[in-house]
Amino acid sequence: MICRDVVELMTDYLEGTLSPADLARFEDHIAGCGGCRAYLEQMRKTLEITGRIARAEPVSASLERELTAAFRNWHSKRDGSL
Amino acid sequence: MPARNYPGAGVTERLHEPELQALRSGDEQAFQSLVARLHGPMLRLVMGHVRDRDIAEDVVQESWLTVLKNLDRFEERSTLKTWILGIALNIARSRRRKESRVLTFSSLWHFGDREQRGPTVDQSRFDATGTWKAIPDSWSNVPESRLLSQETMQRVREAVDTLPPMQREVLVLRDVAGMDSEEVCGMLGISAENQRVRLHRARTAVRRMLEEYLR
Repeated sequence: MICRDVVELMTDYLEGTLSPADLARFEDHIAGCGGCRAYLEQMRKTLEITGRIARAEPVSASLERELTAAFRNWHSKRDGSL
Repeated sequence: MPARNYPGAGVTERLHEPELQALRSGDEQAFQSLVARLHGPMLRLVMGHVRDRDIAEDVVQESWLTVLKNLDRFEERSTLKTWILGIALNIARSRRRKESRVLTFSSLWHFGDREQRGPTVDQSRFDATGTWKAIPDSWSNVPESRLLSQETMQRVREAVDTLPPMQREVLVLRDVAGMDSEEVCGMLGISAENQRVRLHRARTAVRRMLEEYLR
């Protein structure tokens, strides 16, 4: 395997969907290639950062108010109909 | 008729997700915490389909109202989270269709998804034998305070919002909302292979942006 091909298999590798033969060749290459190791590390960090982008987005006070009112309303109607 | 969820009659109920039980019993706090937990993923899912954040918030609101309207009919063929995100996705898509009749620029959003082939790394970075000319930067030297800074997060959000729609949907559901690949394939009606191709292209696009940004 060469670097140019290895980078295109990164997602398959991280997803665990490489065939046993490809997995062996992939890991063999990575073990001896600092460039592809650095690239794999970049991919992992990218996933880690992407996994956090939703955290710092609070629900606005007005949206929370409206949704809570809608929930209350839904539940009181539902109670009445049961 | 399924057994109704009378308080105290839980034994006759089949096993529900605890969160669903809480919603059906009118637990406001459970509702608010679910809204808070899914807000980020919902916004990201919706943002690329609509013009701006105000409309996105509007779609999120409409999604929750739809959730409430249908909550009693929800049959738990998927998890509650998957079901809710699916509703948001449908509303966002239909909003985009409506808007694209009026707004010419939105037709641009349909481009790009055809671009599902070809290398995801600039070929000039490899020599004739396909080996790196220069080794990619190691990010282990980048301090965490920078890597996980608000500015980095904002850059990544922007990069995600500008991905082609099909790639963005897969990336948001997998990497932002944390769904597994089977659930995502089911929700989007795509094959596992197709899902992986989109995910790969989306992740590498975000990586590329980060590489530039962190250089």
